[in-house]
Amino acid sequence: MRAQGYLSVFRMRFLLMLQYRAAALAGFGTQCWWGFIKVMVFAAFFHSSLAHQPLSFAQAVTYTWLGQAFLALLPWSGDPDIAELVRSGNVSYERLRPLDTYFYWYVRAMAFMSARAAPRAAMMFALASLILPLIGFGAWRLRAPATTEAALLFIPAMVAVVLLSSAFMMLINIATVVTMSDRGANALAVPLVIALSGSIVPLPFFPEVMQRFLFLQPFAGLVDIPYRIYFANLSGAVALAGLLQMLTWTAVLVFAGHRAMNSAMTRLQVQGG
Amino acid sequence: MAQILVEGLSKSYRVSERQSGAWGAVKGLFRRQVRIVEALKGISFELERGELLGFIGPNGAGKSTTIKVLSGILEPSSGRCEVDGLTPWRNRMRHVARIGVVFGQRTQLWWDLPVIDGFELLRDIYAVPDSEYRRTRDTMVGLMRLEKLLDQPVRQLSLGQRMRCEIAATMLHRPSILFLDEPTIGLDAPSKLAVREFVKTLNREQHVTVILTTHDMHDIEALAERVIVIGNGVILADTSFESLRTEVLTERRLSIDFVGEAPALSIPGVAVCSREGNSLELSFDPRAVAVPQLIGRISAEYELADIRLEQPRIEEVIAHFYSLHGATEA
Repeated sequence: MRAQGYLSVFRMRFLLMLQYRAAALAGFGTQCWWGFIKVMVFAAFFHSSLAHQPLSFAQAVTYTWLGQAFLALLPWSGDPDIAELVRSGNVSYERLRPLDTYFYWYVRAMAFMSARAAPRAAMMFALASLILPLIGFGAWRLRAPATTEAALLFIPAMVAVVLLSSAFMMLINIATVVTMSDRGANALAVPLVIALSGSIVPLPFFPEVMQRFLFLQPFAGLVDIPYRIYFANLSGAVALAGLLQMLTWTAVLVFAGHRAMNSAMTRLQVQGG
Repeated sequence: MAQILVEGLSKSYRVSERQSGAWGAVKGLFRRQVRIVEALKGISFELERGELLGFIGPNGAGKSTTIKVLSGILEPSSGRCEVDGLTPWRNRMRHVARIGVVFGQRTQLWWDLPVIDGFELLRDIYAVPDSEYRRTRDTMVGLMRLEKLLDQPVRQLSLGQRMRCEIAATMLHRPSILFLDEPTIGLDAPSKLAVREFVKTLNREQHVTVILTTHDMHDIEALAERVIVIGNGVILADTSFESLRTEVLTERRLSIDFVGEAPALSIPGVAVCSREGNSLELSFDPRAVAVPQLIGRISAEYELADIRLEQPRIEEVIAHFYSLHGATEA
């Protein structure tokens, strides 16, 4: 019965976010620019070193373009709507809905992220896999998934990214409710997310001793694990372990977030008006 | 049994403070001063099904806090509260499905969505069956004259239009209790009248229990038979509006225009408020000075052009009441 409410919230937010075409185009433009810079850095790096690298040049380039395509799925800030609710005091109305406030906001975060990412990812795939070879940059293109198995595993992996990333976003939202401002939590989130997810440097390029830790920590599921599944750097049992890792962290973060939300809401103070 | 039962409800807030200036800011880095503000200090009342209660008091008196506790948004520091047998903050999800709340200073409809989409979202959130939803929606659209607004995004509506939509949105799940927190704030006269008319209809015809807070005494005069006056977190009066008016401020005013210059009258029990040109304004207590005798006495001595007897304005009554109880905002 109540599932209808959450579904409807997801649908409305998703459709709403799709309206922002100018923002999607601007974001796409920026992501292209950074994508080219990163690919050029990799090209220089692979040309200057003959040592064996953990990823091939083609894999590193694919990793980069995937990162640019799905950049909007990274939880480096809270939900701007929730920050606005906290600023304006409209958070009161959220508590008047016969919904679990955590999951009410969680589905909104999921809709927000996926609707932002969908058009950007479509444009990026078109550019990096179709247009680049046509204009003579075939070596710098985004490759297709390495195997059928990789392609099939990549779909649930991206769903898990949205689930995991939304759970992260919820922690930022809750910090926003508690501190009455989204600044602190956003500032803390950015460096953690870009460094530990593999967004800035793919995690396999980190020192060997760190690899086990990097694979197990929760941010790896945002970027590194799904992308390595895509080009079959992780495959078979390891790929499944990666998926399990993502879902486990999602469950942990949702559980922790749900508890934190309840305690934040019992201490809620809404002043004036 | 009463539908709403409130007993000894208290709510205190913690407010961080720092001393002014640079030195205060530096000190604040090491030691935070926390002040406890008591918004409610043990208020109690009961409300029967179908009653319409006006809640008035100066800014900061605790009206909104009471509404937020009763609607399950805030948890009180102590005290008991039952609404239809449920404790709002413990059984929040079940409780909020039965009530409707309008905050006049806030928005519940999503800003970028057309009004009708916002309504459908609420239908799904409250799990209202579609046939019932259509019926309620059409009734609300008719009562609040929303036909032309339904396709517009909320951000494009005027305040009056938006408030009419907000109130309609609140009724879509057919709540049996309606909390209105300053629903007429900032509205123009026709919108205010529409809101009052609507609340009256809901209360009289559908027996919806209504708790209304407002600073507009005309709202109270038009709607509420029972009024609770709250100040500094305590209930100062719980009575009918008429008795509030007669008990608090019995003063009458008599304005007289004379043919020729206004005389300097001196009558026991009657004070001269102003004397200017041909006009004179007197104030007196009708229990001590009978109105017909007073008018008779003056008209026998002087030639009068016009005469007007006035009750003090409701705003003055309330302001006087607040100051009697030292309830004006700190």
